[in-house]
Amino acid sequence: MIPAAFDYIRAGSAEEAISLIGQHGDDAKLLAGGHSLLPLMKLRLAQPAVLIDIARIPDLSYIRDAGDHIAIGALTRHMDVEKSPILAEHVPLLAHAAGHVGDPQVRHRGTIGGSIAHSDSASDLPATTLALGATYVAQGPNGTREIAAADFFQGFLQTALAEDELLTEIRVPKMHGAGWSFQKFNRRAQDWAIVGVAAWRRGTESGVGLVNMGSTPILATSVATAIASGASVADAAELAAAESDPQSDLNATPEYRVHLAKVLVRRALETASA
Amino acid sequence: MQIRVTVNGTAHDSDVEPRTLLVHYVREVLGLTGTNIGCDTSSCGACSLHLDGEAVKSCTILAAQADGCEVTTIEGMAAADGSLHPMQQAFMENHALQCGYCTPGMVMAATSLLQENPHPTEEEVRLGLEGNLCRCTGYHNIVQAVLAAAGGH
Repeated sequence: MIPAAFDYIRAGSAEEAISLIGQHGDDAKLLAGGHSLLPLMKLRLAQPAVLIDIARIPDLSYIRDAGDHIAIGALTRHMDVEKSPILAEHVPLLAHAAGHVGDPQVRHRGTIGGSIAHSDSASDLPATTLALGATYVAQGPNGTREIAAADFFQGFLQTALAEDELLTEIRVPKMHGAGWSFQKFNRRAQDWAIVGVAAWRRGTESGVGLVNMGSTPILATSVATAIASGASVADAAELAAAESDPQSDLNATPEYRVHLAKVLVRRALETASA
Repeated sequence: MQIRVTVNGTAHDSDVEPRTLLVHYVREVLGLTGTNIGCDTSSCGACSLHLDGEAVKSCTILAAQADGCEVTTIEGMAAADGSLHPMQQAFMENHALQCGYCTPGMVMAATSLLQENPHPTEEEVRLGLEGNLCRCTGYHNIVQAVLAAAGGH
């Protein structure tokens, strides 16, 4: 219930945050909304010596129409992603998925950047932005770079972010009227997904992201390839778990997760294809 | 570290450890024990209060993160003359509590919900209170109370 002791520093700018991470290295963790990190610290599964609070850095919370994509500041809260009229119009799958993260109290604090940087494979937004072909913008001491979502998630809670980089923006391509569906399978309200599917389809193009089917969010490329080559939804859905490595836990065996993934991908694609 | 938090309209200057949770700050430093602790996993919502007007789980927030902010706890909901907030009144009239342990969190979450969605459907109330668990009531009368507070169903 009570975290181990730590030093607390509030960063006033992205540059200051980057400098502080550089200074403290492994001893430090960034704090945005804190709704992934603080629960771990309360269970003492994480015990950083230093917390760098970035939540008040100005100008990192925004949702902007940038032409071919929507640019979302990393500190944008889930509630704001959920309620955004710009996203409702241009990326409805993301707005909808954000409304499924946790519960309203969590969505008042948690941020899209925090969720993606933390990269829990059971979280909703990493898989959803992965399915949408997002690009993540990272800022480091030597400038900024763009990282494709497909290259970003590298292992359990491990991302392509360098130790001294800050995730500053998420760029999500506009969906241009594509059909979509978000399937979050759980037994109780506010539970994590036992398995989740974020899917979109426009003609032969599609994108399918899987929640909680491996140590990272999974891009179901075999499903998209099958759809592109004219396979039926049912046949494509049989390939749902081709890239997955589902884990066993209190909620499900790997075999049950594979079964769930096929059923949920089929349901999602049926809705997205309608 | 020094923090200044305005709670129920009163500014408090305090020296706290960085790891002090906001729920422990309001309960143990300020003595406002209406906000309850019900779980270890940010699930139950018994610790819900308003931070700058929005319902949040105070067990998952550091007091340091509330520095310079306004907090409203259940103690701050009734009017100065003691008359109940309409949500509290609705909970009372609709038998929306039994043991009462979840109730402060429910009231704070429900008032935040109605601020954002003044006329929710029953389904929207149930979804809007997803962050609050009740072991006694089965939620039915809680939902009725929130709908009543919203002006009828």
